[in-house]
Amino acid sequence: MNEREPVTKPSVSQIGASAPSGATEATSASSKNPALLLENVSCWYGGFRAVREVSLAIPRNKVTALIGPSGCGKSTLLRSINRMNDLVPGFRMEGEIAFEGTSVHARATDVIDLRRRVGMVFQKPNPFPKSIFENVAFGLRLLGETTGIDALVEESLRAAALWDEVKDKLDQPGLSLSGGQQQRLCIARAIAIRPEVILMDEPCSALDPKSTLQIEELMRKLIRDYTIVIVTHNMQQAARASDYTVFLTMGDDRAGYVVEQGETGKIFTAPQQQLTADYVSGRFG
Amino acid sequence: MAGVSTVHRPDSAATTRRGEGLIEFLLRASAAVGIVTTVGIITVLVVEALFFFVEVPPVDFFTGTRWSASILPYAFGVIPLVTSTLLIAFIALVLAVPLGVLAAVWMSEFASQRVRLIIKPILEILAGIPTIVYGFFAITVITPLLKATILPDLGTFSALSAGIVVGILVLPLVASLTEDALRAVPRGLREGSYALGATRWETVRRVLLPAALSGIAAAVILAMSRAVGETMAVVLAAGTNPQLTLNPTESVQTMTAFIVQISLGDTPTESIQFKALFAVGATLFAITFTLNLISAWLVARYRNVYE
Amino acid sequence: MSSQTTTRRKVANALFGLLAFLAIFASLVTLVALLIDVVARGGSSVDLQFFTSAPSRIPAKAGILPALVGTLWVTTLVAIMTFPIGVAAAIYLEEYAGRGRWSRLLRINISNLAGVPSIVYGIFGLALFVRLLGLGRTVFAAALTLSLLILPVVIISSMEAIRAVPPSQREAAYALGATRWQMVRRALLPAAAPGILTGIVLAVGRAVGETAPLILIGAVTFVTFVPVNPFEDKYTVLPIQIFNWAGRPQAAFQEISAAAILVLLVLMFLLNLVAVILRARLSRTIQW
Repeated sequence: MNEREPVTKPSVSQIGASAPSGATEATSASSKNPALLLENVSCWYGGFRAVREVSLAIPRNKVTALIGPSGCGKSTLLRSINRMNDLVPGFRMEGEIAFEGTSVHARATDVIDLRRRVGMVFQKPNPFPKSIFENVAFGLRLLGETTGIDALVEESLRAAALWDEVKDKLDQPGLSLSGGQQQRLCIARAIAIRPEVILMDEPCSALDPKSTLQIEELMRKLIRDYTIVIVTHNMQQAARASDYTVFLTMGDDRAGYVVEQGETGKIFTAPQQQLTADYVSGRFG
Repeated sequence: MAGVSTVHRPDSAATTRRGEGLIEFLLRASAAVGIVTTVGIITVLVVEALFFFVEVPPVDFFTGTRWSASILPYAFGVIPLVTSTLLIAFIALVLAVPLGVLAAVWMSEFASQRVRLIIKPILEILAGIPTIVYGFFAITVITPLLKATILPDLGTFSALSAGIVVGILVLPLVASLTEDALRAVPRGLREGSYALGATRWETVRRVLLPAALSGIAAAVILAMSRAVGETMAVVLAAGTNPQLTLNPTESVQTMTAFIVQISLGDTPTESIQFKALFAVGATLFAITFTLNLISAWLVARYRNVYE
Repeated sequence: MSSQTTTRRKVANALFGLLAFLAIFASLVTLVALLIDVVARGGSSVDLQFFTSAPSRIPAKAGILPALVGTLWVTTLVAIMTFPIGVAAAIYLEEYAGRGRWSRLLRINISNLAGVPSIVYGIFGLALFVRLLGLGRTVFAAALTLSLLILPVVIISSMEAIRAVPPSQREAAYALGATRWQMVRRALLPAAAPGILTGIVLAVGRAVGETAPLILIGAVTFVTFVPVNPFEDKYTVLPIQIFNWAGRPQAAFQEISAAAILVLLVLMFLLNLVAVILRARLSRTIQW
């Protein structure tokens, strides 16, 4: 069997090294101090290895896109960050994921607290069968919050660019909204508890193009306050909406690995690897 | 995080988590009620039956062919009660199995979606009617009808009436379980048969019924278990005459009917008759429990094949 | 293939379809016959006096007041007792127990209990509640026995309702930092509520019609007063009253027996109606 293409594993400092044009000092500062750091992460479902030795740094207040063909382990990787994979029987992870310098899998790490600080938006909008208001307030109520809920709900809905559409019908069921609105409701729900990172698992795959653009615009606004990691199979989306792009594909054993990562503009215009070039130009995937 | 109001993270999170262990304990305890019940039932039946077997040797009980608990000389051979029970269950199955299987085939293969939406609730209503009502139906309609038509000499109580009414009573069970089994047969098998030009009947007979056989068998066994344990309809329709007979026009006493008979009277709790109640109950439990296990095993088998 | 064979095959197919339809039709006819029988026999006996009187040796003066009150007592207590335990057990089996050997044993046990004849529960209740725990032949002992009887049904239907909640709902709650119990209480149970409540109401309906176990728990057939204290008083319930009257040879008693059946069936119909309405109301907002 052929030796695989050498996998680029840039060191952490490499990622932010070429700051995008017009980047402020804060950007380069944040990339030296990434929000999330993945080192040699491998994931297994039972005996099947889904992800092989991935190392990444996720810069603060940026959108980082994970792209690659379906089945390459992007979602698995994403769900390992807030340990949603704990819920999958037979799942196992090796390597290290550090969130703000603390291992997410360490014994002392509280998974509940981790998930409160690392929010998630799913592939298919999954509002609760409750009112729009209660959907957004859900996480606050979990925290035992009793005061100021109204204001926080409004703020979150505004931040998710949904307020104007729903302000007169907050007591309507969340499930009565359109697909795009439901997904923005889920984003509002996630940011209501003020996480530090928002993980998005193909958030637009169930949406029409117009809603997709709305979500992408929203992501650009949200990075002022949040770090965003998005999994997408849509290359245009990664090109439009992300600052950094990580390209994964799977090897002969179907385990996903990182081929190349870097600033989005570079990945799409001047990829270093042939595989990346083939993928972003639509020749496979 | 400039510009975003912060949510304070109170330590309420820690308190809610402290409660988690207690909650899990309570949930687990609730789930254990089932185990406690099973153990309790078996213990009660075994212990109380032992008191009976101190006075009546088990050999006499299990092999005796005469049962007389109220008329001297007393005899406690359980065989007449068991055969009467099985006779009624047999009559019930002869009626319920063909009709139930046919009904299931019709619902799953012939009926349109709309018709099914009407038929299913009707079968559910039939299944939900209390068995005492079926007993009443047996003495006011079935027995008189049999007398007026084919059996003018039929008495007030008979195994036949009881068997028929129990058959009606378990029919919905056979039908719905058989339908489940038919539905579990993969579409591919049906389509394969139709693609070869088979008619529906041919598909049912040559493909579906063989494929669903263990599921149908499970339904039949479970129906038999229900019939064996059925009480009120049988008490009202078959009477309380313990005799060893396979003649369906006779009045007989089933195991359940004996238990009812003893409970209704003022039988002292220390009497041998009262102790016999537990021995018969234990026998009944052993029979139905075995049947249920066989049925569950058959269901697991067809699930393994297709899922 | 000759056209003759084809014709024969088509005829066989049509005959079979007809036969299968007749099988369904037979059950329909039975249901209708049963209802006509009960209404024709008992309809005229159902009047106000029937609801407000106690049983009597004179059929025309007899009523079902004590039995009706007894049934309401038993039903209420059964609902109160089975609801928390049944739902808790279902939550445990679906969300906590995992798929190990212990949980498999619990599951098999529950489905086995659902197949135990009701009269065996009566024997158990007699030995445990009436005699060992000394509760006597009371409404309370009866309610405990019937609770054990319908608990497996409640657990199984609640488990199905919980299983029907899409996994994405669980994930949504967990991703917001919910603990397991918070997820269950705030996401899972509200979503599963219509199914759970429907199942409980239907199971309670089963308890309303149960007769055999209560014969052992000593529901007395001749109670002329209304039971007030569920821990002390003698009691009877509708099915027992029906049984008592149905077994008598006089036609007049069979008539009031039919009348009592009519009341029982209406009661169960109302419970089913409640289940349907509950389901419709609660699930209006839930459409996955």
